[in-house]
Amino acid sequence: MVEITIRKRPRTEAVVTQRKFFKKTARGKVIKVLRERYLRDDVTCGIEGCRVCSESSDATLPSSGSLDHSSYPDGHFVLPDTNVFLAQMDLMESPLFSPPIILLQTVMEEVRHRSLPLYNRLKALVKADDKQIWVFYNEYRSETAVIREEGETPNDRNDRGIRKATSWYNSHISITRPPVKGQPNRPLPTVVLLTDDVANRQKAEKEGIACISVRKYVEASKDSGKLSDLLSAPGSDNIEPTRAAGARQVLYPDYLPMSTLIAGVKAGQLHQGHFNANQYNYLEGNVPVSAFEKPILLIGRENMNRAVQGDVVVVEVFDPKEWKAPADEVVDQETTLKNDDADDSEEEVEDEEGITERKVMQSEASIRSLSAKQPTGRIVGIIKRNWRSYVCHIESTSLMSSNPTSLSQQTVFATPVSRLLPRIRMRTRQAPTLLGQKILVTIDRWDATSRYPDGHFVRALGRAESKEAEQESLLLEYDVPYRPFGKAILDCLPSEGDAWVVPPKADAVPEWKDREDLRGLIICSIDPPGCQDIDDALHARPLPNGNIEAGVHIADVSHFVHPDTPMDNEAAARGSTVYLVDKRIDMLPSLLGTNLCSLRPHVERLAFSVIWELTPEADIVNVRFTKSVIASKSAFTYDEAQVRKDDPNLNDDLTKSIRLLNSLAQKLKAGRMAAGALNLASPEVKIHLDSAESSDPIDVEQKVLKETNSLVEEFMLLANISVAQKIQETFPQTAVLRRHLPPPPTNFEKLKDILQKRKGMTLDVSSSGALAASLDQCVDLEEPAFNTLVRIMTTRCMLSAEYFCSGSVARDTFGHYGLASPIYTHFTSPIRRYADVLAHRQLAAAINFSPLHATLHSKSHIERVLEIVNRRHRMAQMAGRASVEFYVGLALKSRSEKETVIEDAFVIRTFRNGLGVFVSKLGIEGLVMFKREIQFDADNYTISVPSASGAESTTIAVFDKVRVQIEVEKDKNTQRGKVKMTLVSPIDSRAL
Amino acid sequence: MSSRIEILNDGGYRSDGRRQYELRDITIDMTPQGSADGCASIAHGLTQVSVSVFGPREAKQRSQTLHDRAVLNVEVNVLPFSTGERRRRGRADRRILELAASIKATFEPVVQTTLYPRAQIDIFVSVQQQDGGLLPACINGTTLALAAAGVPLLDFVCAVSAGVHGAAALLDLSALEEGDLPHAAVAVLPRTKKVTLAALETRLHVDRFAEVFRLACDAGQTIHAEMRRAVRTRTQELVAAMGAGPRAGPGEHVDRDVAMDDDAADY
Repeated sequence: MVEITIRKRPRTEAVVTQRKFFKKTARGKVIKVLRERYLRDDVTCGIEGCRVCSESSDATLPSSGSLDHSSYPDGHFVLPDTNVFLAQMDLMESPLFSPPIILLQTVMEEVRHRSLPLYNRLKALVKADDKQIWVFYNEYRSETAVIREEGETPNDRNDRGIRKATSWYNSHISITRPPVKGQPNRPLPTVVLLTDDVANRQKAEKEGIACISVRKYVEASKDSGKLSDLLSAPGSDNIEPTRAAGARQVLYPDYLPMSTLIAGVKAGQLHQGHFNANQYNYLEGNVPVSAFEKPILLIGRENMNRAVQGDVVVVEVFDPKEWKAPADEVVDQETTLKNDDADDSEEEVEDEEGITERKVMQSEASIRSLSAKQPTGRIVGIIKRNWRSYVCHIESTSLMSSNPTSLSQQTVFATPVSRLLPRIRMRTRQAPTLLGQKILVTIDRWDATSRYPDGHFVRALGRAESKEAEQESLLLEYDVPYRPFGKAILDCLPSEGDAWVVPPKADAVPEWKDREDLRGLIICSIDPPGCQDIDDALHARPLPNGNIEAGVHIADVSHFVHPDTPMDNEAAARGSTVYLVDKRIDMLPSLLGTNLCSLRPHVERLAFSVIWELTPEADIVNVRFTKSVIASKSAFTYDEAQVRKDDPNLNDDLTKSIRLLNSLAQKLKAGRMAAGALNLASPEVKIHLDSAESSDPIDVEQKVLKETNSLVEEFMLLANISVAQKIQETFPQTAVLRRHLPPPPTNFEKLKDILQKRKGMTLDVSSSGALAASLDQCVDLEEPAFNTLVRIMTTRCMLSAEYFCSGSVARDTFGHYGLASPIYTHFTSPIRRYADVLAHRQLAAAINFSPLHATLHSKSHIERVLEIVNRRHRMAQMAGRASVEFYVGLALKSRSEKETVIEDAFVIRTFRNGLGVFVSKLGIEGLVMFKREIQFDADNYTISVPSASGAESTTIAVFDKVRVQIEVEKDKNTQRGKVKMTLVSPIDSRAL
Repeated sequence: MSSRIEILNDGGYRSDGRRQYELRDITIDMTPQGSADGCASIAHGLTQVSVSVFGPREAKQRSQTLHDRAVLNVEVNVLPFSTGERRRRGRADRRILELAASIKATFEPVVQTTLYPRAQIDIFVSVQQQDGGLLPACINGTTLALAAAGVPLLDFVCAVSAGVHGAAALLDLSALEEGDLPHAAVAVLPRTKKVTLAALETRLHVDRFAEVFRLACDAGQTIHAEMRRAVRTRTQELVAAMGAGPRAGPGEHVDRDVAMDDDAADY
């Protein structure tokens, strides 16, 4: 049984042991606080061989102190004050700095108060083996406890406490080692107060306490040369004293009133746009506006003024004299602000973090001037916030106690998964349990007095890196609606359910009204393996007149999904089916998507057919559109169709039909290329999953495109173009079309410059045809992947394609740049894209099959729907890509456990302190960071890395092929699996 | 307001300078107040409670009397200035009623009510200051007040609170610690080692609970010694004042409370 005692606290000591004060809360309530404290005599001094404190067997301080320092030949102990730890933590952590240190509780608590991350470093320091640090709980020792006096600031009180403890230590040493008669008086070690506070030193000297400033102490110590480098700059050590109650200081300028903003935008003095954060540098962002060719650059926190990615903001542009160029350095919020404190940051402006940030900004500013300048400005107001729930991790260093049983409310930082977002401060009682989990956090507000936005915890998604949590977090991050379909929606399905079939042909049956019977045609579908939602099928047959009849048959979704029903509304809101590596989020309930609409083989299905009469040269003679009933003869995968086509022994109708289609497709493609269509590339990889259940990725492979892929693609393009022409003719004001605007030439400037300088190649961007031609010229004979890389980089300079309503934009902007088609729409995948459903309805009305629903006559309605569909489409693409990325990460992780993964990579960007590289085999991009100083030539896109010996340096330029080692490491702060790349060749950066 | 105070620091000290198994200062005052039959003020650290006992006396409401035993009537009054935030709690406040019910349930098996059929024993608890461990303080105060009133008890009832911080169990939590830790209040009969109350309002893991519970039971013995000393001192004073006690010189204790001492020797 443990010894249970009652501590006595005599009433006579109440002055020292009891504290009562009143506190005013943020809401203005006054709270009485009562605290007591028990003073004791068994707090040990920690000096070995101390007679009084003999019971402390774990004493860490040598009895004679340190004899190394020249100023204290008799031995000494160092007793630093709080500011020493706040300002000189690097010095304290240095292994060279090894005098015995007495760390007072007062100091510990003050550090804890000022900065939790620093406190955690201090705690690690106390536990370090190579340090002799003794924590002395001076506030609990009866002789050294102090109380705050009338009119004394907390800072002064603490300083007094520190001085008192110092003098107690000195007298304690002299008492416990009385001179022994007959023996020479052994000199006693001194306890030296280490402080940079001049006033404190003066007071200490008055009281007869030995004290010294850090600089002086270091200068007189053994390793002064090495140690003095670690001293922080003299400018930054005048840290403000702890204020008793700091009034919150304003960190950001106030927003202008809404009326001023709107008037300013109208008058052209201010500019409105969406805020984009820079993912490489959290202190920078930009706002693309129509008034300038280049987006407006925002540098620094104050100028970004609390904008969050995607907010609609109003920007004021500075005088052109003050315009700057974007920075070329990677600035990571996590590293720069690692010492920032979740609790206090709102109160302190001039703390170290502010200074660090300023330093970063200054060092950047000196280099900025080199490159081209961009309009620069600041945000003066926000029209609309784009806040939603963000997937975050709790930052472990911001936690006060990670004790799992703690129920205390803590203020912590949540770091969003997306690098574009700032850290969110939130308060929670369950912080320790949330550590290591993916959680959902909503931003509530961002006050001008607060450096970070305030948010609250919504719910936990599960352990980080577990597949379920990652999958859900992906869907949330890209705002993909993934809830199961509700009852109202499912009620819209045919009541027969699975058993629904095309009724037998008869005149009275509504399904057969105005439908063509194409059941006899030899129709087949070609899709990727495992495809369940087959929305297209094809056929081709020679006509007696020598021409060829080719048909594209698209699932007739509009027969099942009627306008303005719950199912239609849901589909419009979802916009698109989202394909993740291991999951598909359907736009339509799966009964429709994978069964009733899906053009499965050997069953009769309703279809919407586009039938052309083509000459053998693939010129269109005639095209007609009709609703039909088809019965697909077979469902091929790309591979199967390819094999069938190439097998000379097969000569059945189906094979002939595929061959016919293929020959037409080749001609169509040739025609399209001649018209100037682009052959662009995006990094596409395929994930091999172990099995459907475990879905552990085993390998990553680049996608290979077959001839049959192109076959299907050509006919789909042809169908889309034909449909687009038809609906545009019939509904010139409201047709649902898709366009791809030609990218502004400025987008290509940088790529052109790099290509010119590094490879001596030119890129002609005057038209899509010219671009296609010059892309074909960009070939490096030794490096076949180079051309793909250039195409990928070109793709990134492009604008994205978008849906639009034909009445909303000028006729001359209908064109599709990438496809080099004057008009285009999406018609061929109504099961997985909502725009196609709209196109179906309009086409049905155009051929007088059914009347057009009233909503499709309204331009504003279509615009509204398409805006959502555009956004969803973009999000779906990004979610799909992120899912692939996650699985690539998993695959890499399992691979790197077995072996070191070293892959070829191309340099695609150079930074002042790193390289952006692209690993084409895995389709991932990564950063290689250098800790050492490197030379950076922004104008020539090169960096020079000095070799380890420092003799010669290696130059690396954009487009250079390098080898990188890829590891997946877990970020300690965020629990996020991070792909970490290090250079292996031409130079090994692992040591750097 | 999240406080920046460590519950248990690396040196093994709690925020008020105590160690894990150290209880707060207990001050007991048993001087009579007003017309009460028995009075006791007890302070556990900064938690201060005073209890007055009236009775056994004839029940005021006949409807509530029981013909075979006495009825315990517990009323708790939490003074508005007792908490950090000034707040007046009415008689019917749920928390107060619950507190009263807990006290009543704790004492019903301990007070020998069968000796006083159709009687009523009134226990008035007045909470003057709160700093954690309110229920234990009320229970300990009630024990003392009942003893002072001469109501026959089977045993002392000694209560203490205990909580868990990480893997470390803490005894006698202050308000600051209670806000942060899962904690339980346990009342024991030190002689028979029976438990008359175990109250757990926060979530606490089962494995941890056993440890905390055992520790609190042990702590009950320590509190018992303190309470008994107070009762004895008070009684000796009274006896001395009446000039009828055993004429023992100062410092010499003649202990006739044999049964209790036997038990006390166990610990």
